[in-house]
Amino acid sequence: MTDLTDLTLAAIRDGVAGGDFTAREVAEGFNAAVAQAQAALNAFIVTTPEKALEAAAKVDADRAAGKPLGKLAGVPIGMKDLFATKGVQTTAASHILEGFTPPYESTVSQKLWDAGAGMLGKLNLDQFAMGSSNETSAFGNVISPWRRPGDTAALAPGGSSGGSSAAIAARLCPAATGTDTGGSIRQPAAFTGISGIKPTYGRCSRWGIVAFASSLDQAGPMARTVQDCAIMLEVMAGFDAKDATSLDLPVPAWEQGLNADLRGKKVGIPREYRLDGLSADVAKSWDDGIAWLKDAGAEVVDISLPHTKYALPAYYIIAPAEASSNLARYDGVRYGLRDLPQGAGLQEMYAATRAAGFGAEVKRRILMGTYVLSAGFYDAYYTQAQKVRTLISRDFAEAFAACDVILAPTAPSAAFALGEKSADPLEMYLNDVFSVPASLAGLPAMSVPSGLDSQGLPLGLQLIGKPFDEQGVLNAGLAIEQRAGFSAKPGKWW
Amino acid sequence: MSVDTATVAKIASLARIKLTEGEIAGMVPELNGILAWVEQLAEVDVTGVEPMTAVIPNTLRLRADVVGADPLTGGGIREAVLANAPAAEHGFFGVPKVIE
Repeated sequence: MTDLTDLTLAAIRDGVAGGDFTAREVAEGFNAAVAQAQAALNAFIVTTPEKALEAAAKVDADRAAGKPLGKLAGVPIGMKDLFATKGVQTTAASHILEGFTPPYESTVSQKLWDAGAGMLGKLNLDQFAMGSSNETSAFGNVISPWRRPGDTAALAPGGSSGGSSAAIAARLCPAATGTDTGGSIRQPAAFTGISGIKPTYGRCSRWGIVAFASSLDQAGPMARTVQDCAIMLEVMAGFDAKDATSLDLPVPAWEQGLNADLRGKKVGIPREYRLDGLSADVAKSWDDGIAWLKDAGAEVVDISLPHTKYALPAYYIIAPAEASSNLARYDGVRYGLRDLPQGAGLQEMYAATRAAGFGAEVKRRILMGTYVLSAGFYDAYYTQAQKVRTLISRDFAEAFAACDVILAPTAPSAAFALGEKSADPLEMYLNDVFSVPASLAGLPAMSVPSGLDSQGLPLGLQLIGKPFDEQGVLNAGLAIEQRAGFSAKPGKWW
Repeated sequence: MSVDTATVAKIASLARIKLTEGEIAGMVPELNGILAWVEQLAEVDVTGVEPMTAVIPNTLRLRADVVGADPLTGGGIREAVLANAPAAEHGFFGVPKVIE
């Protein structure tokens, strides 16, 4: 029998529906893989093998009774620990929420369970999704299953969805949820040789997702194939009255619409993304992508996104500003940690609680956000950044007059080693250079693996689409996937 | 623009995060590094440009004017609301005595 943990989401869904194996066998296989890898990879904050088995038992019973099965029936998944899960600790990888057990379920996770998916556990992440390497978690670093050949140095799985990316690459789950504020689905996907899509802002409900920067936060699927991402996104997306920015649009049948024939399509190559000093490996991967899309029938056109260089600085004003406001809720009163020093009053309790509960990067961003929103600085920083954001969004709108989808690298390099960039916050921020612009404009964007670099580590290519055109992004991603033939997987050392 | 220790102490107080003097001293160069970098936004000509308010055009909705229309966000769930409170007492959130 084939190793069930090596199957794609689609193959598991079809195999369970067809009776080739039971949902229970699948859940047991992944539960064992999770348990075996946990000490080495630290991809999960809590594991929930009983939840995976419970969901599987229901699917097997439904199938035996001849009842219709959901779109994800029998598929066990990992849930980023930013989604509130009823009765299961939800921490955002922060000490300030340790022990918090939501009495409700996030909209997106509920949709996944309703479709027959089961939960293997809550995946580790950068604290409050702030980070690009998963080194800011209060529950320890996630270790990438990838290693440079002949080297045992621990590599970053990317961030913030680093538990998700590591778990999928290591075959601990066939798919997982991610969230993307400035690249937190795409960059970890690229670092670990998997796929992930951030849909148009508003496609997936934010209700029940721990908020970081609300005008940017979007949930999306991470999996090994484009088809798997399409299947899972169909389940995750949809209107939710509980999220004021939820899009009231029907969810397209993205899986059914998959089509790698790009004849008649124009692919834009943004000249500003060809940075001075772009690594030869990344440049080659980008050129490969251009050739593959041409081979799929697309016409390649040169485009300009003139405000690209201002996207990152604008993001590092807007996101911390929103975070400083969103994270004001952690006060030691209603939930989470409380630190009440002897004789302290209410204000001292707030300050002591937040000092004890938040990690260094979270504090840095809250302080940055508080500063740029403070009296006298608001216009110079925040309003200016929001104006620049308008210009960045306009750049994309103008570019899409001449093309249907944009191709760019996902990240400026392959995975770096843990500790390599964590000393200088600015250097870490620069890793988001290619992913942040699409976030600022709310556009659908996806990363697909393109190959291995000269060190033997995965690289990703990014596709950015027009608002609501996830299908165009998925189709171009599929064309690359079919031609890249990426089949590398990390050698099992854990 | 740049910050000094007094400014960082002020911001930390506004943000209700207690920092030691050592932490404040460490934060000054870090924040100044970030601020010097974001300073480049000032060179962008934004004449006549409106600040972004919504990336995807959307309209604000009103919910149905019905009490508890959605049981998850409606009322009557005091126990659930208090369940995670560090100090819930007599059906309320407990806090240190506030006398002003």
